[in-house]
Amino acid sequence: MVTRTSRFNVNGKPVQIDVEPRTNLADALRHHLKLTGTHVGCEHGVCGACTVIVDGAAVRSCLMLAAQAEGSNIITIEGLPRGQGDTLGPLAASFKKHHALQCGFCTPGILTTAHALLTEEPDADADRIRDVLSGNLCRCTGYISIIDAVLDARSAYQKQKIA
Amino acid sequence: MTVVPNTLIGQEIERTEDLRFLTGTGTFVDDYEPAGTLHAAILRSSVAHGRIVGLNKNAALKIRGVHAVLDASDIGFDIPTIPLRLAPLNGFEKYLQPVIAHGKVRYVGEPVAVVLADSRALAEDALEVLDLTIQSLEAVPDWIAAERDTSVLFEQNRTNVAIRYKTHIGDVDAQFRAADYTRKEKFRSQRHTALPMETRGVVAEWDGVSGRLKVSGATKVNFFNRRALAKMLALPESAIDLLELDVGGGFGVRGEFYPEDFLIPFAARKVERPVKWIEDRREHLLAINHSREIDCELEIACRRDGTMLALRGKIYGDMGAYIRTNGGVVPAKAAQFLHGPYRLPAIEVEVAAYMTSKTPVGTYRAPGRVEANFFRERLIEMAARDLGIEPATFRRNNLITESELPYSIGQLVPYETETQYDNGDYVAGFERCLAEFGYEEKKVLAGKRVKGRYHGIAVVPFVESGGAGPRENARMTLGSDGVVTVGMGSSALGQGLETVFAQIAGDALSLPFDRFRILHGSTTLVEEGFGTYHSRAVVMGGSAILLAAKKLQQAIREAAGIEFGCDADAVSLVDGRALTPNRPSLSFGEIAAKAGGTIVVEATFSNTKRTYSYGAHAAHVVVDDRTGHVEVLDYVAVEDVGRAINPAIVHGQALGALVQGLGGVFLDHLIYDENAQLLNASLADYLVPTASDFPNLRGVTLELRPSPSNPLGAKGAGEGGIVAVAATIANAIANALSSLGIEPRELPLTPPALWRLVQEARQR
Repeated sequence: MVTRTSRFNVNGKPVQIDVEPRTNLADALRHHLKLTGTHVGCEHGVCGACTVIVDGAAVRSCLMLAAQAEGSNIITIEGLPRGQGDTLGPLAASFKKHHALQCGFCTPGILTTAHALLTEEPDADADRIRDVLSGNLCRCTGYISIIDAVLDARSAYQKQKIA
Repeated sequence: MTVVPNTLIGQEIERTEDLRFLTGTGTFVDDYEPAGTLHAAILRSSVAHGRIVGLNKNAALKIRGVHAVLDASDIGFDIPTIPLRLAPLNGFEKYLQPVIAHGKVRYVGEPVAVVLADSRALAEDALEVLDLTIQSLEAVPDWIAAERDTSVLFEQNRTNVAIRYKTHIGDVDAQFRAADYTRKEKFRSQRHTALPMETRGVVAEWDGVSGRLKVSGATKVNFFNRRALAKMLALPESAIDLLELDVGGGFGVRGEFYPEDFLIPFAARKVERPVKWIEDRREHLLAINHSREIDCELEIACRRDGTMLALRGKIYGDMGAYIRTNGGVVPAKAAQFLHGPYRLPAIEVEVAAYMTSKTPVGTYRAPGRVEANFFRERLIEMAARDLGIEPATFRRNNLITESELPYSIGQLVPYETETQYDNGDYVAGFERCLAEFGYEEKKVLAGKRVKGRYHGIAVVPFVESGGAGPRENARMTLGSDGVVTVGMGSSALGQGLETVFAQIAGDALSLPFDRFRILHGSTTLVEEGFGTYHSRAVVMGGSAILLAAKKLQQAIREAAGIEFGCDADAVSLVDGRALTPNRPSLSFGEIAAKAGGTIVVEATFSNTKRTYSYGAHAAHVVVDDRTGHVEVLDYVAVEDVGRAINPAIVHGQALGALVQGLGGVFLDHLIYDENAQLLNASLADYLVPTASDFPNLRGVTLELRPSPSNPLGAKGAGEGGIVAVAATIANAIANALSSLGIEPRELPLTPPALWRLVQEARQR
């Protein structure tokens, strides 16, 4: 088995892993770095559960090779902003408040996608949020509560942008 | 029955589960990996029907890191079959699925061999070079081909018709003779599946020294599955633990006993290493239970004034290649639920279950109900129009009234006893839906073409059963820290049971919500559990918690009495403390400490009466006749669930079910060709609703009539939201396109399908 060394930052920490060239980023995060918060739902880039943030952009980690992540900054669900005293961050807290998750399997990808969106576009309206999240499948909620949760979390991102 | 005080119950408490899911710290089965784990990949048949000629393993075994390739010959002469769990109809036992193909393959996706390797990638490399030779036989792609019996899946049975039976209430022929009006139609519901976001997975660990097996990733009906597995492996049940981790959705399909639930533990015992198998999405679509493929002939008899006199029909169930654990439920319930919430003097249904060379069938959320509701309500819509009666009025006039409840629907299912709708106000539920929807105001748009699109509205009532018996168990353990650990025989598959059960337990013991730790599903928690299906977890499990709480209170009183030197009856329990006159009070935790560290009680709730939730759905759609595209402008789903323990969770169930239902109308479709090859085994081709498809949905939960059959008054809330969706949307489309005389009879109603109906109508 030929391996190759990849170096990148995950959730603010530099990491170095030796993986086969064919290893995708999702498997590298989950199996090699033990960051199992990122979930794999289809392995062909449709369901969005494995979405992580690579240099600010929401990316399907099942469609990216670990080798392609060389030198990049990656944020996974484990690295999303937390509140004071390690409480839930504003987006996650809003999901809890709005019952925007049930089984929780798609949730990591939805949070990372929504976080990337609101970081860039804190004023995104419901249509825009629906449009962006249409790349993340959820089979439990019917999406309504998810959209409500993201809308309600905007104020935290708006304040941040002004600051 | 006594009603528990309403302090936690009825509140929209935020879920306990959410914290771990929102921080990426949940433990789903693929997040668990013991040291030394081997990874399994499964060689599956690529041929729908054929004879296995040979499997050459040599090239695969030469790959470094590949440890074993196991096929039927490694399992032995006597290949176990997967037992029936539900719907044990006479004859099904001849069509059970062997845990691995031997001699023949009967569907694309059937397991033929298991590869064990150091990584999943290596195991898949081995799949590529496994040389499997199958001599193809004629495929049996649908029930019509099955009925011909020219190609028979089980030669020894000499037919593809697994069962055929007739069931009835009343004198159908007499009612039809007396009718002013009859109409007969054919309908079809398409094969699709539930598609939970987490695929299945099994991690099996065999301890050869103690002879114990640990299987992680189990859910739904773990005690049944343990019993089945123990028998297959010739182990005592007590030597096997089935452990439930976090579960990424079930909806009926996950947690039934599948071939892999034997193969992976078998492999782990064989190689004496932990073995992990995680289903990939392609194999999920080929391997997990399919559902809903039912053809129906249905005839209605009415008086001129619209009074329904009788229904008679035929249900043709495509069962796939084997009768799996609960496959028979699907056609049997499709027949039973043709009755619906209506006063119906007579009904007669013939049910036939056909073996086809496709993935086997099992239950998916409201199995049979969705199909039956679609068939019946489409026909009622046609009848109402023929008779010139406004369709909502037609339905309201035929609804069973409250004074007629309980209402027997006889014994329409041969393997069940007579059942009756328990209680409710079906008319009130229906009226509430009309009012919330604004039916009268929206009616003015019905059938009109506005800005190039046709508007249509429809309202459809439903009734749905829940609360399957026979029993459920709860074990409460009070610790010296004052925390009550509740072990449940019910499984959690993402519905929020940890929250709901803590609410029930909190009220029952007058303790705060955060004093409970809810454990669920695993076979280590209670003596016996019956699991989660048929909207039973809260009805049965929740009621068991109430009984356990009573026992725990008594046990605390007794222990406190010993400390206080008084009778247990002289001890009162207030706010987590035991009191008796003239003695300093003791906290529950202190009492547990003095009683040896813990106080443990276990209770069983027994009940064989079903609950029946009910309600109605209404939809407003616009149809573009040029493209066949349908937009849902408004949708209201109303359901009386008896008692909503956590209204936010119930609401989530309603909307989630509704959107799954809309997927079943417009998108979800497992498409097979004439060779019984599945054509769309990826999420790029198998479509489900996304966030932008159905933004305008409303759910209304009613608590009009608590169930009389359980102390909570709950009726189950997981499935009602999906029952009426197909019928409501199809009727709204028919209403929109009434000027063209279009009557949708087949699901799904995709844009091409509707476009074709429009073209055909225009050519008539």
